[in-house]
Amino acid sequence: MKIFHRSRSWETLGFYLFIAPWLISLAALTLGPMCVSVYYSLCDYNVLQPPIWVGLDNYRTILTTDSIFPKTVYNTLYYACLSVPLGILAGLFLAVLLNQAVKGLRFFRTAFYLPYVIPDVASAVLWLFVFNPDLGLVNRIMRLLGMRGPLWLADPAWIKPALIIMSLWSVGGCMVIFLAGLQGVPRHLYEAAEIDGAGGWRKFKTVTLPSLTPIIFFNMIMGAITALNFFTTAYIVTGNTGGPLNSAYFYMPYLFNQAFRYFQMGYASALAWVLFAAVAVFTVLQFQFARRWVYYESD
Amino acid sequence: MLTTRDSIPAGSLARRRRHWQVWRRVLVYLVMSLITMVAFIPLLWMAGTSLMTFTQLSQYPPRFIPHPAVWANYVYALKNLPFFVYLRNTVLVTFLATLGALFASSLVAYGFSRYRVRGRNLLFAVLIATMLLPGQVTMVPVFILFRKLGLYNSLNALIVPAFLGGGAFNIFLLHQFYRTLPNELFEAAKIDGCGQFRMYWQVALPLTKPALTAVAIFLFRANWTDFMTPLIYLTNERLYTLALGLRFYQGSHPLEFNYLMVVSLIFMLPMVIVFLFGQKQFLEGVTLTGINR
Repeated sequence: MKIFHRSRSWETLGFYLFIAPWLISLAALTLGPMCVSVYYSLCDYNVLQPPIWVGLDNYRTILTTDSIFPKTVYNTLYYACLSVPLGILAGLFLAVLLNQAVKGLRFFRTAFYLPYVIPDVASAVLWLFVFNPDLGLVNRIMRLLGMRGPLWLADPAWIKPALIIMSLWSVGGCMVIFLAGLQGVPRHLYEAAEIDGAGGWRKFKTVTLPSLTPIIFFNMIMGAITALNFFTTAYIVTGNTGGPLNSAYFYMPYLFNQAFRYFQMGYASALAWVLFAAVAVFTVLQFQFARRWVYYESD
Repeated sequence: MLTTRDSIPAGSLARRRRHWQVWRRVLVYLVMSLITMVAFIPLLWMAGTSLMTFTQLSQYPPRFIPHPAVWANYVYALKNLPFFVYLRNTVLVTFLATLGALFASSLVAYGFSRYRVRGRNLLFAVLIATMLLPGQVTMVPVFILFRKLGLYNSLNALIVPAFLGGGAFNIFLLHQFYRTLPNELFEAAKIDGCGQFRMYWQVALPLTKPALTAVAIFLFRANWTDFMTPLIYLTNERLYTLALGLRFYQGSHPLEFNYLMVVSLIFMLPMVIVFLFGQKQFLEGVTLTGINR
């Protein structure tokens, strides 16, 4: 819709001036770096000396001789495949629960959302304390109940579950989005279902759940991207050591270390592109697959 | 032949239904209270521990309430690290970066929403693409670039990027909001001889206050709690932000949980306050992003 009736070129200039800041960042901080990153990934670059071309060597190493890479992939996938679905289920459950309460909705919503607001670093430090084998809340309560708690963050078998529990504590973020979605389901659909004699569970399955599929989809994609980029909490909880026996060495900390600890910029860039490719493929697949199960109101 | 419906008087069926509804309500509130406890207990324990001496907190059976409460912890913990330097840095970065990103993203969003010019649709598609794709590939080259520009080991590395567009996500959010503004307002302003920039500054901007508030809260959160960017760019301890400072304090005093809880609490306090006061806008902003997909 034309709003300005001055000359076309004046309007065009206006547009480009308004978006100029973003254009600068697009060139200098996004597209430019992406191209340069491809170049770096094909080089050996340790910052102090200019990049040395090595072709696909970095990628070859990643896929064959690197012994830590498979561990980081496994850990990251483990974390993502558990924390995302559990988070969505928990968020949905809490939202449905909250939706039943008429009184005190605001209070409970605030209470459930609050953990999500807490900064990652503070949260991680708190959980370091909570999961401490001797002084921590969890093990002390277990001791009171006569059980011996595991070593949690010092135990290769328990550190990832502990991290997943931590992620569930902040499920309020996803809950709030579900809550808004629940409140947006058109009433007339419920009424139609009731006329057909549907009870509580049936209504949920046939009306609520399908209406929520776009939001489930959104939370799934966002959750997956966040989980694959898991960094801060892992860094703090393991002290950037990767955890006992590298059981909590995730992809982003590994990339980070390659770049900023070992100054292997080329290798780190290659790692970044592998992640990029994986996420791109995943996202495209999800969007394709989504057509089968996501219902939009326009359908 | 008597059917079941004939043999049960209608009144008691309705009564059974009401009983079940009452029980269901009780159950819902019970479960929610339990979950609230799960959400709050770590925080309460955190607060309690911050007021304990180390002997108190290592006692068994465990105490949850400090006795006596050692308020001196707050003084001592804050002396153990250059807290006020960290605080100053964090406030500076957060304030400037939030303002910068707010201004930049509203400018760009306005441009996208109010103009139908050649190239606009393509660029908008690019914007959406940058929102979805992960930023890891740009991390290394941007670091090299910033180093060459002398932004390494400087708070500017955390502030300057904010002014360049303010984040694709924020642009998108504000753009959605700008589109809801009625055209008549702009037409009227144009008739009154309003220039392009004034249109933005005096007509559009005041109307987008709710959306701007939501974005400001998001930005505040992103900047206040950011860990990775300061970790990459800041090596001088005098430049650390609170997030970084807390991490290094924890790294060098890993078992002084009482002091660690003090610092963590103070670090998270502004976030909690901003959230409690800006709840409405916060949650509205969140739903804006979640539903408009």
